[in-house]
This record gives sequence, structure tokens and C-alpha cells, in this order.
Amino acid sequence: MMTNEKLTEREEIESLLPWFAAGTLSRRDAERVERALANDAELARQFEMVREELGETIRVNESLGAPSARALKSLFEKIDAEAPRQARVSLNLMGRISEFVASFSPRTLAYAGTAAALAILLQAAVITTSLVSQPESGGFRTVAIERGAPAGEGAFAQVRFNPQATAADITAFLEANKATIVSGPAAGTGMYKVKVSMTNLPKEQLDEIVRRLQQNKAVGLAAPAE
Amino acid sequence: MQQTADEVLIQRIAGGDRLAMQVLFARHHVRVYRFVLRLVRNEATAEDLISEVFLDVWRQAGRFEGRSAVSTWLLAIARFKALSALRRKPEAELDDEMAEAIEDVSDTPEVAMQKKDTSDVLRKCIQTLSPEHREIIDLVYYHEKSVEEVAEIVGIPENTVKTRMFYARKKLAEQLKAAGIERGWP
Repeated sequence: MMTNEKLTEREEIESLLPWFAAGTLSRRDAERVERALANDAELARQFEMVREELGETIRVNESLGAPSARALKSLFEKIDAEAPRQARVSLNLMGRISEFVASFSPRTLAYAGTAAALAILLQAAVITTSLVSQPESGGFRTVAIERGAPAGEGAFAQVRFNPQATAADITAFLEANKATIVSGPAAGTGMYKVKVSMTNLPKEQLDEIVRRLQQNKAVGLAAPAE
Repeated sequence: MQQTADEVLIQRIAGGDRLAMQVLFARHHVRVYRFVLRLVRNEATAEDLISEVFLDVWRQAGRFEGRSAVSTWLLAIARFKALSALRRKPEAELDDEMAEAIEDVSDTPEVAMQKKDTSDVLRKCIQTLSPEHREIIDLVYYHEKSVEEVAEIVGIPENTVKTRMFYARKKLAEQLKAAGIERGWP
């Protein structure tokens, strides 16, 4: 029994008896053992031995007592001596927001939800009005997303903005590089297609522009695009 | 239920929550202490080691992935600490403790036998098992660890866990037989 060779079903069941007695077998294995015990008197006798061993092992361990308060004191002295822990801001912030929201009553949450929906509708109306009333030509252009312009001509780059970049950062980035967003973000990658020149550029020149884009703090990733 | 609560405590500990550390300690320190004590056989060393174990939890809570139960993780850390401590011990100190252990072992099964107390003999035999066998018996019977969990704590394959448990039980039966108690197995 119990060599490296494959165990017979009975030997396998026999080896599982300690875990069956302790109640730590999977349901499937426990059912296998139960079935075998019901039909095998010798196995049942051995199971009784296992139960004795289990009971006495618990008694041996319970007789060992417990550590003194010194262990806890020593632990917290060591913890106090540790350098202050770096707060994991993002997780803590999310946790705090979750706890804060969870503390509201359902009625308060319903009011807050309605207010938020109204605010979004109002914002959408203001933006739409601004766009509709905008003159055909001249002056004002929205965040440099180019619509209607022929996107096929010119030189392009793909850019993924840093999650921390604000709208102001992105606008400043586009203005500084005389760039306009053509499309994006792409599903999955979050990349925007950005026109960096109105005319086609040689590869080396485009690479140089991409390198410059990459250095901007608003940019997480930049690459040449077709 | 306990499992989930332990994981929540670990998350809080990762955020530097000292109270969560205290709760986790209160919940597990006795079992961890007993596990370590059975390995190192010295109360003062075992106490030192459990504060080291929980200090590791404080430091590494952020890296706990929850793939095993917290109690399994604790015992794995405790085992590593205990074995490291045993390796560090000066020879003389080890000799003293071994002598104590041998002294404890030599006469008790017979004394118990004279009293005709089978349970007492069985307990004495459990205490005289080799560290390797004692460890697996404790993990399975007292700490209620599954085959997979024992494998993780001890760092051996699951089949080896079953084999080692079998031989630990066989050794126990032999010791009982030597003490005059024939169980008819193996």
C-alpha cells in the first residue's frame, strides 16, 4: 500500500479516511468514502481508529495552552517601529466613496440620481445649443476634434492619453503640437488618431514628431499611424 | 463565513488598519502558536515566532491574493519561520531541547499503560512521533486542513501528503503496539 504505483480504489479510500473524519473532503470524495464504509466492515473498523486518533490529537493540541500577552505586545512594538505605510490612495479613495454612498438611504440615493440625470441633460442642452449657434466659419473650434475635414491627407499619429490628464492638459497638448483629434478612442486600446500635419511627411519626420508627442505629460503612449 | 471575514481583515490590514490586525491576531494566534510550539518545542521561541508571523502578515497583506484560506497562509508562514528558527539555533540549545523531548517520551507510554488508559497512551504516542509525522497529523486532525491545503503549507505534492499521512498513522500504530495496545492495523 501507498507506494508510487497507482492505488487501488480501496487503498485510495483508505488514504482519505483521516480527511473524511475531519470533514475536509470534497463532497464527491466524501460520498465515495461513505459508500465504501457502508459495504466494508474492515474499513469501518479502521475509520473508528482514525476517529480515536483525531480526538486525541485535538486533546494533545488543546493541552498546549496559549501564548502570553507578550506576543501581541511584541507584535505591535514591531509594527510601530515600521516606517509609516504608504497610503494606497486610489483604493482607499474608492473604498471611502463606496462606504459614503452605501451610507445613504434609498430615498436619498433616488433624489441624488434624479439630480444627476437633470444635470447631465442640462449640460447636453448647453453643449448642443453652443454647437448649433456656432457660425459656419471663423473663430471658435471645439477641442480640436476635426469633423468633416478630409482625414485621408496629412500625417497621423496614434495617441493614448494618461488617465490623469485633464481636458486642459489635452487641449494644451493639441495646441502646442498643432494637432487635431481625427477619431477615437479605439475600443480596447483607448487610442486616438491625431492629425499632426496637414501634409504627408517622410517617415523620419513623423517619427521625430511622435517622439516629441511621447514626451508630453498628457500622453501615455504615442505611435505613428497610417 | 469566517473565510470571507478573514479576507476582509487582510484587505484592511493592507491599508494599515491596526484594529483589523488585532482582530486577526485574536482569531488565529492560539492555533498558530500551537502549530509552531509543536515544531520548535519551546514556548518562548514559539511566542517570538508568532509575533514574527503576524508581522509578516502586516507587511505582506497587500500581496495576499486570496487563492488559499488566510489560516492556510498563516500556517505556511509559521512553518517557514519555525524551520528557519530551528536551523538558526545553537547546537547546545538544540541538544538541551532534544534531551527534554527524549525525557518526555521515554517513560510516559509505559506509565500510561500501567494505568490501562488507551487514550492516554495514544496521546503520548502522538507526542513522540517524528516532527514530520507530528506535523502532518496536526495539520489534518487539529488544523482541519484538506489534502490540497496541507500540500500548500508543507510544500509537497498532494499524493505525498496522503502517503505521509499513511506512514504517520502506521508509525502511531507501531508505537501503540510496542506499548501493548494491538489495534490489528496495519
